[in-house]
Amino acid sequence: MENLTTRKGWMSLLAKAPAPALTALWETQKAPPGFEWLRPPETGGVMIRGRMGGTGAPFNVGEMTVTRCALRLESGEVGHAYVQGRDKAKARIAALIDALMQTARADALREAVLEPLAESHRAARSARAERAAATRVDFFTMVRGED
Amino acid sequence: MYVAVKGGERAIDNAHAWLAEERRGSPDIAELTVPQIREQLALAVNRVMAEGSLFDPDLAALAIKQARGDLIEAIFLIRAYRTTLPRLGVSTPVDTGEMACDRRISATFKDVPGGQVLGPTFDYTHRLLDFKLAAEGETPTAPQAPAQGEPTPRVTDYLNRDGLIQPEPASDTTPPDLTREPMEFPANRALRLQSLTRGDEGFVLGMAYSTQRGYARNHPFVGELRIGTVPVEMDVPELGFAVGIGEITLTECESVNQFTGSKTEPPQFTRGYGLVFGQSERKAISMALVDRALRWKELGEDNVGAPAQDAEFVLSHADNIQASGFLEHIKLPHYVDFQSELELIRRIRAEAQAAQAQEAAE
Repeated sequence: MENLTTRKGWMSLLAKAPAPALTALWETQKAPPGFEWLRPPETGGVMIRGRMGGTGAPFNVGEMTVTRCALRLESGEVGHAYVQGRDKAKARIAALIDALMQTARADALREAVLEPLAESHRAARSARAERAAATRVDFFTMVRGED
Repeated sequence: MYVAVKGGERAIDNAHAWLAEERRGSPDIAELTVPQIREQLALAVNRVMAEGSLFDPDLAALAIKQARGDLIEAIFLIRAYRTTLPRLGVSTPVDTGEMACDRRISATFKDVPGGQVLGPTFDYTHRLLDFKLAAEGETPTAPQAPAQGEPTPRVTDYLNRDGLIQPEPASDTTPPDLTREPMEFPANRALRLQSLTRGDEGFVLGMAYSTQRGYARNHPFVGELRIGTVPVEMDVPELGFAVGIGEITLTECESVNQFTGSKTEPPQFTRGYGLVFGQSERKAISMALVDRALRWKELGEDNVGAPAQDAEFVLSHADNIQASGFLEHIKLPHYVDFQSELELIRRIRAEAQAAQAQEAAE
């Protein structure tokens, strides 16, 4: 799971957060800060690599859609976003949060937005893990007939 | 020969309008939504993502709707869209060892650490039509059990520890990318794997099946099959470090193949590898078998002339968009071409008849 005190951690969480959940949590926050675009949202592809045999030399598997943007707050902090999918509004919110996480609002945002997102990701993940665990095979040996 | 002609615009416009009407089907039936396709036809979505070579479930679902369920047409739409995307970068290689597995089975070791986890599989179903699904309103729930959170190490690592399987040396060489440079032969393994993972499922399956039936037989076992999600990371130059850019579902198959050794390699097990977007297990197993067959040269095996050993044959015909493009173009107007053929055949016939008449007269 992501470490929400590092930039890598919160950016990685925001990248995969479902847009409706992120938007809803963001909208509970006070008025969004003023900003200027350094790079307006742009959707593109990222080539995903795998490794032969899982551990060997790399090869190209295929692309995924990613939307990126960069902005600067009026107070000067620069926010970046690289988020999965094609949602430009989501990228804008992610970049604003990235910038605000470098300000005094960081702790409040972490508590109000990032931690609930991380929690729902954890919950979704463990719901699948628990379903998988229920399909784990318990082998037992049949009583053999020779005696 | 291609000659521009005009005409047919009205017919084409009307044909497309009718296509739209037929796509909608009877207006008495509720329209299918893209999220419904994404959620309820997920394996079709996975196939379109894998062969369209673009991981985006919403786009793949839209393509399926637009293509009226014709998956190759949907793959075509995704491929066409993909070419419009600027390339933002390349991920660091995903670590499938860290996969959050929905399913993980091994056909070679019963008591593998991490266990045999069946996941949401069609295996062991009786393939009887379930008429309950024809009635609406079912929301089934799956049983849950405490997840143990234990790691699921690779099965091949056990064989590797004893030196019984050919190792898979790690490297960081930049692999060739067939979306950037046209395929060239001989194709190295990285290029072959890229081609196979986006190749037509039916074709790759047929090729794999041919190896099982004896054309380049290589005795495969499914060492391990796992399906689940992995995080994707990319180095972001403006930040100077790697960040997660999302999470994708993958199916991975490692085959373990009998190998009696060759001039260059000791007797040991060898590997084939399949890695495919989404839950696509038939395709991943097929890919692993074909990958293994194509490795005959690097393993010092004999070329027995089997189709699955011929990289040029396999890779040149695996792409269903290339194949259907060339196949289907022959239905487009070839009036001038055919006119010249017609004239040629008339002339040859006339000459042949004249010669016959001459012979009869002599």
